[in-house]
Amino acid sequence: MSEPIVTRTSATNALRANERRDFMSYMWGFGLALGLTLVPFALVQWQAMARDPLLITIAVLALVQTVVHFRYFLHLDRKRKREDLLLVLFSTSLLIIMVAGTIWIMANLAERMTPI
Amino acid sequence: MSWSTIFNHPLGLLGADSFPFLAMLSSDDSDIFINGLLGSFAAALVIISVMVVVALLTRYRAWRTLWFDWLTSTDHKKIGIMYVVLALVMLTRAIAEAVLMRAQGAVGLGGGFLSSDHFAQLFSTHGTIMIFFMAMPFLTGLINYVVPLQIGARDVAFPILNSISLWLTAAGAALVMISLVVGAFSTGGWFGYPPYTETLYNPGIGVDYWIWSLTLASLGSTLTGINIAVTIYKKRAPGMKLYYMPLFTWTALCTAIMMIFAMPPLTVVTLQLALDRYLDFHFFTNGLGGNQMNFLNMFWLFGHPEVYILILPAFGVYSEIFSTFSGKVLFGYKSLVWATISIAFLSFLVWLHHFFTMGQSGHINAVFGIASMLIGIPTGVKIYDWMWTMLRGRIRFSVPMIYSLAFIFLFVIGGITGIMLANPILDYQVHNTVFLVAHFHNMVVPGVLFGMLAGYTFWFPKAFGFRLDERWGRISAYCWIFGWMGAFFPLYILGLMGLPRRSVAYEQASYVPLEIVAFVGALLVAAALMALVIQLWVSIKYREKNRVFVGDPWNGRSLEWATSAPPPEYNFPVVPSINDRDAFTAAKEFGVGYQEPDAYVNIEIPQNSAMGPVFGGTSFLLAFGLVWQIWWLVILTGLITIGTLVMRGFQRDTLKIIPAEAVCRTHQHWIQAARLALPIKRSQEHTAANKGRAAIETVEVPT
Ligand code: HEM
Repeated sequence: MSEPIVTRTSATNALRANERRDFMSYMWGFGLALGLTLVPFALVQWQAMARDPLLITIAVLALVQTVVHFRYFLHLDRKRKREDLLLVLFSTSLLIIMVAGTIWIMANLAERMTPI
Repeated sequence: MSWSTIFNHPLGLLGADSFPFLAMLSSDDSDIFINGLLGSFAAALVIISVMVVVALLTRYRAWRTLWFDWLTSTDHKKIGIMYVVLALVMLTRAIAEAVLMRAQGAVGLGGGFLSSDHFAQLFSTHGTIMIFFMAMPFLTGLINYVVPLQIGARDVAFPILNSISLWLTAAGAALVMISLVVGAFSTGGWFGYPPYTETLYNPGIGVDYWIWSLTLASLGSTLTGINIAVTIYKKRAPGMKLYYMPLFTWTALCTAIMMIFAMPPLTVVTLQLALDRYLDFHFFTNGLGGNQMNFLNMFWLFGHPEVYILILPAFGVYSEIFSTFSGKVLFGYKSLVWATISIAFLSFLVWLHHFFTMGQSGHINAVFGIASMLIGIPTGVKIYDWMWTMLRGRIRFSVPMIYSLAFIFLFVIGGITGIMLANPILDYQVHNTVFLVAHFHNMVVPGVLFGMLAGYTFWFPKAFGFRLDERWGRISAYCWIFGWMGAFFPLYILGLMGLPRRSVAYEQASYVPLEIVAFVGALLVAAALMALVIQLWVSIKYREKNRVFVGDPWNGRSLEWATSAPPPEYNFPVVPSINDRDAFTAAKEFGVGYQEPDAYVNIEIPQNSAMGPVFGGTSFLLAFGLVWQIWWLVILTGLITIGTLVMRGFQRDTLKIIPAEAVCRTHQHWIQAARLALPIKRSQEHTAANKGRAAIETVEVPT
């Protein structure tokens, strides 16, 4: 990689700006993650919704949280390489296997239980 | 829990009756006395060993060396060695327990000498230790040592994290060890199923010991997984494509990725159980909406990938050994790579076969049964590849090769019984009998343990600069092999005869002969362990005769053999560039194996750091505090842990520089030694002539 020739001061300025942008990005990530964690807890604590919508809301917020982590902490965005894409696809498929398998098994067991 | 319970009891639940020794003395029941005596003996062993180690360290003034050269080291090689040391120490304890269990089995007709609680503690600690504190550290240690060398890197991607992982694992191991002295370990087996492990049935602290030691170990392994995966992705030497990586590195990569995905379910499920026990949650209780089946489900979501986490690195070791000790390239490299990847992926699809009998409907069982059988295919591919690697090779029957051959024979038997168990119909018959115990020991002993021991023998000269004694190595290997056969073939039959696993005693006289055979086998296994210790002692004693400083005692093929033994801190003076598989063999054949680079440069390596030991210490105390509910200790150590983490963020000066002149001196010294050393033929491998320089033998010489 060939760097464009720059004078020292503009280089340090660019570095500063970069650092600042990084910092802001992390703060955004932190803030969003915190919010997305506190909201579900609050919803449960104050029983803000009926049971089913509540469960769905929490699940959706969890998914959004995952995206936030990807975007702000793992620095995955749309212009990244194929390697990253492969890893994301692989992770997603494993998670789907685990979650879907669990639901399948547990639902089947529940169905076969004697109702109390 | 209120503030008063937190602060009114500075020692939490700890009291005089927490010490089994005192409890034994205050009882007048002879049964309690015998079991107490055994327990106290074990506790005394722990205390005495610690005291002996402390005394030796003081006597030889080794504390400084220990602290500065080892405990705080961030060098992947030293961390790897420490992992293996931990594994061997824990192996000793777990084997002792295994022998004790088999002794009980031999006299277990209508009684025996162990109480059922004591027996339950034995199999719980044996299983927990063998999986989490023997096999995992052992393979992590080998990977840590070997992988960066094999890919031409100077260190792992995150050296401090590496040290922290080691210390978390060590803290978990220490927790299991201290449970011998203070209190008692869980009786719930290595997978601790609720509701038995809930407070209702298990109000004591045993299960808590199990929970927190597993939590520490699983955190350590997750971090290790991340570290190794990133290392292999990002730190390969220039030119090393994925398809140029040695097979051991491939298996390490798959294992690492599996650790990242498989450990979290364990961490979560043990913490859920902790919530049940500490804060009256109801995840897995009988009443109030709890569902213990989900524990099984989550546990085995971790548990099945886990057993492949254990076996894959062993497969990697065998691949290296078959190729090196047959003097041939590995047969079917790409098929081996793809078999490894398929096994890694399939292992996430079969967890239900650990609870076929839990009550789900037949079609679910069928799906998972078929998926389980599928794993036999890539594994079979591997077995054939290894056999073809040996075909027409010039095989040397050294210790690693003996383990590997025994592995092939025995592993195939274990594989077949595995396919049998994968059939739900058969599983219903032998589930929970010692047939299953025989099957999984067939995988973890000839598969995992033999692989680890073979790797230990294979790479020992690289790590310490001298070869291990061949004769004692063979004695040990044969004792392991025949001891294992003696101890576990009878269990297959006993299982078919209906002996349930985990039975402390039985009523059928027909079991006795086979139980005795199994006991004799276990004694042989104990002898094998002894032989291993003697081998180490003999090898250290005669190390000058067996030095292989030049670093290539076995005519190795991959990059780890292209450095001195032991390698310098920075591994390679100049990062090599790769354009072939079996990079070192290619270099040797072109006569460029031992060359000086055009120029030397300063090398930056990470400084030592006390983060690891501090983390280990605090997390151990934290876990101990949680077990005994000593809340001030929990809060204090928690704060210290977070504090060190934050402080580390402010540390700017984390690297040290090794000047080019020093690199040059070290390297020239080694090149000089390599030029002076006589290249030896394979027939001289085990003689003092072997200084670690291999003659090129490409022609097939009939002997
Ligand atoms: C070669 C020496 C070994 C011997 C003689 C041995 C012996 C035993 C015995 C007697 C039991 C109890 C069986 C029962 O439930 O009736 C057992 C359980 C177990 N062993 Fe081993 N073992 C050996 C090596 C290993 C290794 C290397 C591992 C793992 C890497 C291992 C993992 C386990 C596990 C997970 C259990 C189940 C514990 C439970 O029931 O919760 N063993 N072993």
